[in-house]
Amino acid sequence: MISMPALLGLLAFVVAPFLLAVVLGFSNLRLGSPLPLEWVGFEQYRRIFADPSFTRALFNNLLFALVVVPLQTALALVLALLLNRRLRGIALFRTLFFMPVVFPLSLVAVVWILIFAPGPNGTMNAFLELVSLGAWTPHDFLRDTRLALPAIMLTSLWQGAGFQMVIVLAGLQAIPAELYEAAMIDGAGRWQQFWHVTLPQLRNTMIFVVLVTTILAFRLFDQVQIMTQGGPHDATTTVMFEAVEAAFTRQQVARGAAMSVVLFVVVLLISWLQRRLARQEREVA
Amino acid sequence: MTSRAAIALVYTGLLLMGLLFISPIAFMLAGSFKPDARVLMEAGEWRAFWPAEMSLQNYRDVFTRVDFARFLWNSLLINGAIVGLGLLVNALAGYAFARLAWRGRDLMLSLVLAVMIIPIEAIAVPLFYLVSLFGWRDTYLVQILPFIANAFSIYLFYTYFIGMPRELEEAARIDGAGVLRTFFSVILPNAKAVFASVAILTFLTQWGAFLWPLMVTSSESVRPLPLAIATFHSLPPLQWGDIFAFGMMMVLPVLLIFLVFQPWFVRGVAATGIKG
Repeated sequence: MISMPALLGLLAFVVAPFLLAVVLGFSNLRLGSPLPLEWVGFEQYRRIFADPSFTRALFNNLLFALVVVPLQTALALVLALLLNRRLRGIALFRTLFFMPVVFPLSLVAVVWILIFAPGPNGTMNAFLELVSLGAWTPHDFLRDTRLALPAIMLTSLWQGAGFQMVIVLAGLQAIPAELYEAAMIDGAGRWQQFWHVTLPQLRNTMIFVVLVTTILAFRLFDQVQIMTQGGPHDATTTVMFEAVEAAFTRQQVARGAAMSVVLFVVVLLISWLQRRLARQEREVA
Repeated sequence: MTSRAAIALVYTGLLLMGLLFISPIAFMLAGSFKPDARVLMEAGEWRAFWPAEMSLQNYRDVFTRVDFARFLWNSLLINGAIVGLGLLVNALAGYAFARLAWRGRDLMLSLVLAVMIIPIEAIAVPLFYLVSLFGWRDTYLVQILPFIANAFSIYLFYTYFIGMPRELEEAARIDGAGVLRTFFSVILPNAKAVFASVAILTFLTQWGAFLWPLMVTSSESVRPLPLAIATFHSLPPLQWGDIFAFGMMMVLPVLLIFLVFQPWFVRGVAATGIKG
């Protein structure tokens, strides 16, 4: 059967580990532990939700999503709208906005550590001082409990916006020109065309972009590991960072598995919500 | 129709956003040619984006300080294997779902669709445990094997093949060609677009892989570039010129491929949006 290699691969490396995560989440497994393996029911879940670092991690992921998703989606939409016309040099700008996407996140994280360097010499500090006409006082972004997470948000925004932009641009270009012509005959101005043609036609694309960005927000790891190690005082810790800390650094496999399951449940909820929203639209149409 | 003022506004917006987007890249490029001390010193001035005295010293330093060629080779090997084998395996599965009748097909298809939403992050911990159990850590294989079969790739192939006209295949079948022959001689040459999209998408997501290599590798001999740059950054003495030179060399091959095959990149990424 020619579909066997792929299906076996999925079963062995996705389905099996996933089921194993669920099973392990109910155990007390630790690597290299002398204690016998026991089934502890929901004990791991009780413990992680009682752990202030983990609840902070969930909160940080949620905050990251609440800030980055609207901002990045809006930015992608604005960029796509600017690019969706036949003007000289448009291709060059599209290349430019998409370029950060080909940069690996780990490299981006390392470069932005220097951009966020403390003191008036730091790039971001100097830039903010310039645009605020001298009102900004230098901060040590990555060691500041209030600024560390926003710094990581900005880094992610810069790297990821181009990806969403391309998807939105494809959505824009799929809107039939007749719709705009009809709107113009009805006497609709540019603004009205945007509200009554562009946005409704773009609805499913936007729902998809929001879904992908939200899921990415909950998968956040690389930037945190490299830029802040979850600190200062858990200000930037994430579910994935906590899971790796538990399973990898402290060898508490069962605890890490329980956290993975929580992550998956969140992702599942988001996907379910997207499907419902997209279906509603189809029923209306 | 479009007024001059509107065009000027669009260009101003594009230019402003463009400058903001390009500045971190320009900063890195300029810094990679500067003496190490100057990179940090000039980070807050306009000179951050302009190397006054150009030299390739940082690039030479990278090669004396770490085995860059080794990391590059590791990344190329791992990603080449994932993309190459992935294309073959996932395209065959997509074809089987689209064209062949077999028992359990519908069940398996819903499994593939369900599995699509499981991110690597959700299975990294148990997979790490399995791999440790079998003693597979610190190998190339453990960085390749789990990522060959990919539900989303199968889905992209499946939807593309479903939409292809059947006539070509029927002609081949009448000529007595088997399933595999038909696939390689008829389907493959007529579906280059989807192959390119899947290849680029796989490459984009795997080239930057960090979490999994971090968990399963400990020796430099099998570590890929994304992990190597993070380690290089924390390797004393902290020399930003060297780090930026490392970064430039790491991203340059991808950047070149991107610039040459740009329409394919855009199409590949846009293909992800069709799903909704």
